[in-house]
Amino acid sequence: MPGTLILAVSENAGLTRNTLEVLAGGIKLKALLGEPVGAAILGRELSAYVPLLFAYGADQVYRAEHPLLERYQGDAYASVMHQICQRAQPTMVFLAGDSVGRELGPRLAHRLKAGFVADFVDFDLDAVSGQLQFTRQTYGGKAMAVVQPKAFPVVATAKLRTMEPPTKEEGRTGEEIRVEVALEASKLRTRVLEKVQEEVAGVKLEDAKIVVSGGRGLRGPEGFKVLEQLAQVLKGAVGASRAATDSGWVPPSWQVGQTGKSVSPDLYLAFGISGATQHVAGISGAKNIVAINTDPEAPIYKVAQLGVVGDWKAVATKLIESCKELTGR
Amino acid sequence: MPVNIIVCIKQIIDPEIPASQFKIDPGTKRQVQGSHSLVISAYDQNAIEVAVQLKEKHGGKVTAVSVGGASAATALKSALSMGADEAILVDDPAIVASDQQGIAHVLATATQKVGVFDLILTGCVSGDWGDRAVPAFMAEELGIGCVGFVSRIEAKDGQVVLRRVVEDGYELIEAKTPVLVSIISDETNTPRYPKLKDIMAAGKKTIPVWKAADLGVDSERIGAAAARALITDVYLPVKESKCEMIEGDTPQEQAVKLAARLRELKLI
Ligand SMILES: Cc1cc2nc3c(=O)[nH]c(=O)nc-3n(C[C@H](O)[C@H](O)[C@H](O)COP(=O)(O)OP(=O)(O)OC[C@H]3O[C@@H](n4cnc5c(N)ncnc54)[C@H](O)[C@@H]3O)c2cc1C
Ligand SMILES: Nc1ncnc2c1ncn2[C@@H]1O[C@H](COP(=O)(O)O)[C@@H](O)[C@H]1O
Repeated sequence: MPGTLILAVSENAGLTRNTLEVLAGGIKLKALLGEPVGAAILGRELSAYVPLLFAYGADQVYRAEHPLLERYQGDAYASVMHQICQRAQPTMVFLAGDSVGRELGPRLAHRLKAGFVADFVDFDLDAVSGQLQFTRQTYGGKAMAVVQPKAFPVVATAKLRTMEPPTKEEGRTGEEIRVEVALEASKLRTRVLEKVQEEVAGVKLEDAKIVVSGGRGLRGPEGFKVLEQLAQVLKGAVGASRAATDSGWVPPSWQVGQTGKSVSPDLYLAFGISGATQHVAGISGAKNIVAINTDPEAPIYKVAQLGVVGDWKAVATKLIESCKELTGR
Repeated sequence: MPVNIIVCIKQIIDPEIPASQFKIDPGTKRQVQGSHSLVISAYDQNAIEVAVQLKEKHGGKVTAVSVGGASAATALKSALSMGADEAILVDDPAIVASDQQGIAHVLATATQKVGVFDLILTGCVSGDWGDRAVPAFMAEELGIGCVGFVSRIEAKDGQVVLRRVVEDGYELIEAKTPVLVSIISDETNTPRYPKLKDIMAAGKKTIPVWKAADLGVDSERIGAAAARALITDVYLPVKESKCEMIEGDTPQEQAVKLAARLRELKLI
């Protein structure tokens, strides 16, 4: 049956937040077009995730189990997703705009002879033509573009942290489809030798309610030690601008923005960050932005709700003290 | 063992101009260049740097390829001055207004004409339209492997080890060549500033211009008619945030007031 197909990814016996966001996209499309939502899940021993996917709104679950699917490998995932799509014949494939979806999306689109829409923030039906249309950021966040696919199927990646996860409905059921997978390790052109996980002290950056970020204004890696202290007091996470990650002060995975992560905290504190659109593109979901900068003309104040003009270090050091007093931590 | 590398570069209007100077032409729905300069898209510069570093270490040849108008020759000249050995411009009116799949098709045919290569490097995302799609489309066109968002490459006998940046760290991936790799920046691939003598030398090199017909491009797959989506609108988002400034005689005083205000707003 045609409909939407999403790729689900599991994590710690649950579904990733990114998976729930694309599921929300599938559910929204179902409300617009009445087409069912299918979810493909790839990996090993997946039975526990099937009821979870139903509970979060999937109507069908395509379950593909194989040792070579345990973690993302481009050739294996593209081939199995292609196989599932041939069976499900979706009109729309939604993937998360993360390191998996951004690589897999165009590969799958090519194999399906499908169109491709990158990093959509929203979609709806055009008031005049009734056509499905996507809205996405472009020009490094300086503009929004409206894109209307001319033909289907379409593979689209969702910009993260723009959709709220769907509500869970216990006991909801659906149809499970087992997918027989034949993969040979020798046919895979790349192999993951090692995964190096960077340790994070507290919450994950993309899930944090409070994010403390630093930029070139910090002038070196030591500055991030101060921001880490503040993050610890606030039970938040530390992020960075591209200027800081490109300088090697902190790892690339800390980068917030168009190339880096999208975050949607309640509070985003930007220390020594000018507010280039490519950085701001990653914090459009932040509810409150506070800018601390020595330059009163810095563009960051145009998107911030609260601003302090002053030296980042003096402000951050005293802020740690005041926050400790106020929160009793 | 020498490595032969093709780097795909796109010329774009400087992406780091302030938002206040950014304009869209309502007719073409594209950015108006105005007095802004044209540059090599940000991550494509990192890709050139990675390619040149590999060549310096292992030997081999770096060829830069760009699909664009006549002005893109300037971008290719800068690639040459950074250390690329050859540069090719694919410029054909029939290609204008192609979508990412069309551009990837053209680039794939161009790399086939270049001939032998071990690696194709691209930027991980273009600084203007920014689909992150051309690299993977190209790899599929060529039927070769593809790894995206790689910051470092080590080459050894017919294989490469790639450091792919992921959300919670990085993966080390072994890949057989030929493989297409999209490059993300880190401190090891900061684009070099070319020396004056290299700029002069690059200025003297000729850049061949190839047409779609030279490459065996499928004309059904390029141009506006082949695009799989219509861009019906490009507009500037309206931002109406009003920033409340926290005043004070010293940064310490401002910090105390900020903390109090955040507490008041129940944010901390
Ligand atoms: C294709 C593309 C993708 C990109 N993706 C990203 C991305 O994902 N994320 C990202 O962040 N950027 C991205 N960028 C880069 C972006 O355009 C900017 O170059 C970058 O965000 C600048 O970082 P910054 O604000 O730290 O540095 P700068 O712009 O140099 O700003 C530093 C700021 O610090 C202030 N300052 C200096 N000293 C002090 C002090 N003592 N106290 C307080 N403030 C001080 C200065 O006034 C200035 O405003 C991208 C660019 C391109 C072209
Ligand atoms: N016209 C072009 N000419 C050469 N390379 C291109 C062109 N368009 C895109 N690319 C390459 O593909 C990468 C990703 O582009 P995009 O898919 O538009 O985000 C760029 O960083 C370039 O390396």
